[in-house]
Amino acid sequence: MRKLIVSGIIGAIFGVGIAISGMANPAKVLNFFDVAGSWDPSLIFVMAGALVTTALGYILVFGTRKRPMFDAEFHLPVNKTIDARLIAGSATFGIGWGIAGFCPGGAIPALGFGGVAAIAFVGAMIIGIVLARTLDTLRHKPAKAF
Amino acid sequence: METEFTPWMSLAGGILIGIASTLLMAMNGRIAGMTGILAGIVPPFSSDWAWRMAFLAGAILSPVLFLAAGGEIAYAVPVSLPLLVFGGVIVGVGVYYGAGCTSGHGVCGMARLSPRSIAATVTFMMAAGLTVYLVRHVAGI
Repeated sequence: MRKLIVSGIIGAIFGVGIAISGMANPAKVLNFFDVAGSWDPSLIFVMAGALVTTALGYILVFGTRKRPMFDAEFHLPVNKTIDARLIAGSATFGIGWGIAGFCPGGAIPALGFGGVAAIAFVGAMIIGIVLARTLDTLRHKPAKAF
Repeated sequence: METEFTPWMSLAGGILIGIASTLLMAMNGRIAGMTGILAGIVPPFSSDWAWRMAFLAGAILSPVLFLAAGGEIAYAVPVSLPLLVFGGVIVGVGVYYGAGCTSGHGVCGMARLSPRSIAATVTFMMAAGLTVYLVRHVAGI
């Protein structure tokens, strides 16, 4: 139960951070990429703030703790290969992000205040994930991506 | 559509995202990647779906509470509903095969200096930039 409450609080910090940063605002996200048009460089500050804080935070966590509070071990990605699957998937994600202006981390916190647009995007995105996973499972063994 | 340049608010939001990412590693030992967290509650459910639901519930509820408490969140969607749905499906397929998105690769992976995440982030940032250029300045939508 403590783990669930703490997870909810961490999610809440994440959600407010995303919302005030502008990452949940498609107009701002699309303007960040529109260097040739109505460019708004604000999101550089989101990335810088999040990256530096996380990098320092991880150094602190990994340097001072043998294991996380609520788990036996740190779950870090084991897949180290940079392959066509990673690059093609990331390029595909970028195309969708450039079309819609929402990324997964931006869209979820927008669900409560973003109206039909956010709900439609998240619904479609979940369909996309299920579709890709179904195709992948049919073609190969189930992917262990996460 | 112009949007206001908000360096301080964006920096503050970024720092909160970083604090949440650090806490999720310290407490649950998990990468704060929205794709990975979400994928665990999409059928077939992963066995540890409960904390994922709690995280998502917190992430959805907190901006609503922030607004109710008098906070301001700038929000505008200059994209039609069909394009949002089209883009959404493409994002879902992409983050599945790319095994991560802006939060997982762009923040957590880059913070660990993971070459895989750096490659993914450079790729999706460039693809998004190119797509916005094509949509706005070539297709003129």
